Amino acid sequence: MSETPHRDDLGARFGMWLFLFTELLLFGGLFILYAVYLARHPEAFARAGKELSLPFGTVNTVVLLTSSLLVALSVSALQRGSRRLCLWLLAGTILSAALFMVNKYFEWSAKIHHGIYPGSPEMAGRETGEGVFFSLYYVTTGLHGVHVVVGALLLGWVFVLVKNGRVDSGNHVLLENAALYWHLVDLIWIFIFPLYYLIL
Amino acid sequence: MTPTPDTLSQSGDRGFLDPAVAAPGLFGWIFSTDHKRIGLLYLYSVTAFFIVGVLLGLLIRLELIAPGETIVGAQTYNALFTLHGVVMIFLFIIPGIPGAFGNLVLPIQIGAGDVAFPRLNLLSWWLYAVGALLALGSLFSGGGPPDTGWTFYVPFSVQTTTNVSLAVFAVFLIGFSSILTGLNFITTIHRLRAPGMGWGRLPLFIWSLYSTAWVQILATPILGITLVIVLLERLLGTGLFDPARGGDPIMFQHLFWIYSHPAVYIMVLPAMGVVSDIIPVFSRKPAFGYWAIAFSGIAIAAAGSLVWGHHMFTSGMSDMAVLVFSLLTFIVAIPSAVKVFNWVATLYKGAISLDPPMLFALTFVFLFAVGGLSGLILGSAGTDVHVHDTHFVVGHFHYVMFGGTGMAFFAAMHYWLPKFYGRMYNKRIATFAWALMFVGFNVLYFTMKLVGLKGMPRRYYDYVSEFHTLNLISTVGSWVLGLGLLILFVNLFRGLMRGEPAGPNPWGGASLEWTVPSPPPVENFPEPPRVTHGPYDFREAGIL
Repeated sequence: MSETPHRDDLGARFGMWLFLFTELLLFGGLFILYAVYLARHPEAFARAGKELSLPFGTVNTVVLLTSSLLVALSVSALQRGSRRLCLWLLAGTILSAALFMVNKYFEWSAKIHHGIYPGSPEMAGRETGEGVFFSLYYVTTGLHGVHVVVGALLLGWVFVLVKNGRVDSGNHVLLENAALYWHLVDLIWIFIFPLYYLIL
Repeated sequence: MTPTPDTLSQSGDRGFLDPAVAAPGLFGWIFSTDHKRIGLLYLYSVTAFFIVGVLLGLLIRLELIAPGETIVGAQTYNALFTLHGVVMIFLFIIPGIPGAFGNLVLPIQIGAGDVAFPRLNLLSWWLYAVGALLALGSLFSGGGPPDTGWTFYVPFSVQTTTNVSLAVFAVFLIGFSSILTGLNFITTIHRLRAPGMGWGRLPLFIWSLYSTAWVQILATPILGITLVIVLLERLLGTGLFDPARGGDPIMFQHLFWIYSHPAVYIMVLPAMGVVSDIIPVFSRKPAFGYWAIAFSGIAIAAAGSLVWGHHMFTSGMSDMAVLVFSLLTFIVAIPSAVKVFNWVATLYKGAISLDPPMLFALTFVFLFAVGGLSGLILGSAGTDVHVHDTHFVVGHFHYVMFGGTGMAFFAAMHYWLPKFYGRMYNKRIATFAWALMFVGFNVLYFTMKLVGLKGMPRRYYDYVSEFHTLNLISTVGSWVLGLGLLILFVNLFRGLMRGEPAGPNPWGGASLEWTVPSPPPVENFPEPPRVTHGPYDFREAGIL
């Protein structure tokens, strides 16, 4: 309503960091369940964990890490006033998100094709610990997937704002916050990948 | 602080309430980002849901007036107490004081024009409103009203055919709203304090909102993920809480109470803040132990996050876990008592005036002390096993929630609403309503504690005839309390619409909200204030 809206970039970043804490805690609940159920069914978890596809997981890890680099570079690019470069890097980040989801789609389809999903006849024949592992796997990676999509939409929105000059080298806190969110998506995957694919 | 600019409080100046300052009609409210309008939106919604909750509660008490089926059967009774709990906890107590009075008062008390993220603030209210409508919608759709109790315990919440899914989703949305409010308040308090408003000059209400906001941010996501899993259990059968499929229902209880016990402090900390602000003003003395009250709030928030296990003493934890949770529970009592002693010390040798806000604030201290001490009976594992899931528990938490937070909510209404409407209610009628409520409250809930000690379990629509007399007395108490509430609301409504002009500072407060006109102008302060004294320095503020 006032003619010069109040602007506080530090406050905006501060708020974003608080929000990221809540996201960590949201996933924290699932990591608690993972820890408790791993302690209860260590052998079943180890067996089930070996069925996850290491190549798929590794490729997705590389894709996400690269996308995090791209989005960080896009922030620097805009700060130095290079809007074209920033847009290209943002496009690359969003493309990586899409690549991640396509990969995830094939990974999940393969699992489901093999009868590995909650409530399937295949799972009914297996030990209960393996069922819990795969349920946790689907819930955790599913929730993470939702965050990838949300993050990509957020970056897409910022892409439009950068393109029409609403976000520029003098006013880029929105881009920074979107990038922070994207780093969080990456960070959570950095914990999911070893816990589900590597250590078991 | 500069002297009150009398020129701004001319009669007829409607401040932020003036229809000309916002979009016309309803849109000027539901799409306004003015913190004062959002605060009033919250006030209207939480009060409406409070009245719904009260009516449900009165029906519950009416059913219990005599043994056997009196007005409703078992299934309806289950739905009644579930809804009473969900409505009162998620739609009234949790958003109540922070949503309504936090929004109304916080920016003005720290000398800011608005909260840090006004649009996010509006989104919070919308999430709350949509969640509340969905919660009500769960009554009339799907398999009928939820019958699990507000705690949604598995396995029953996963197996029941009633409309738990929608109710759970509604609570998820309301939780999101709570997180965004907390995030907004923390950022506001850090970033938007006026020049001179150091941390030591924050009103204690702000300190309490600050500690509450941290609990909201840190605990609510755990409820979020727990509810998401319950939804997935119901929709996809993931089996994470199903022992037949390797899960563990006790893990639900842990995750649920990791949020829901700290949530108790989301409910009561702002109430303590209200009381800490009111007692000095009506004693004409600075708050005794300012820093002790401020930091005990943080201590309650911190220690309160580690005591969730005391809800599960009979769920089958190890003895060691029971011992640790019991000890931690007793530790929370220390900062709570620190507050009570500091309030009492503030009263000592003060020039006390018993206006309605003060009466409700003192009632808070008394009822909260009774409720808090009975909490220790539940916190020690040995006695808890005896009274677990009895009406003693129901009496206990109504003393701390209703006697505590509810009374503080009424105190805040009587203290701050004249500021935001610019009009004063009838104090004598308010005092009369208070007296009725005080008597009715104690008759209603103290008898509950007694009948609970005799062994009457909670959540049954029927009981053996030995419990009849006490239940009858309790139900009569609920009518007295209900009558008091009716008078309170009617009196407030009439006063705020048609009462005498209240003036900028009806109570002689020294914090910033009393330096602006009533109702405050849209921008709160014509120019950013310079703060030169603390919130309770009545002498420096020129009031003494």
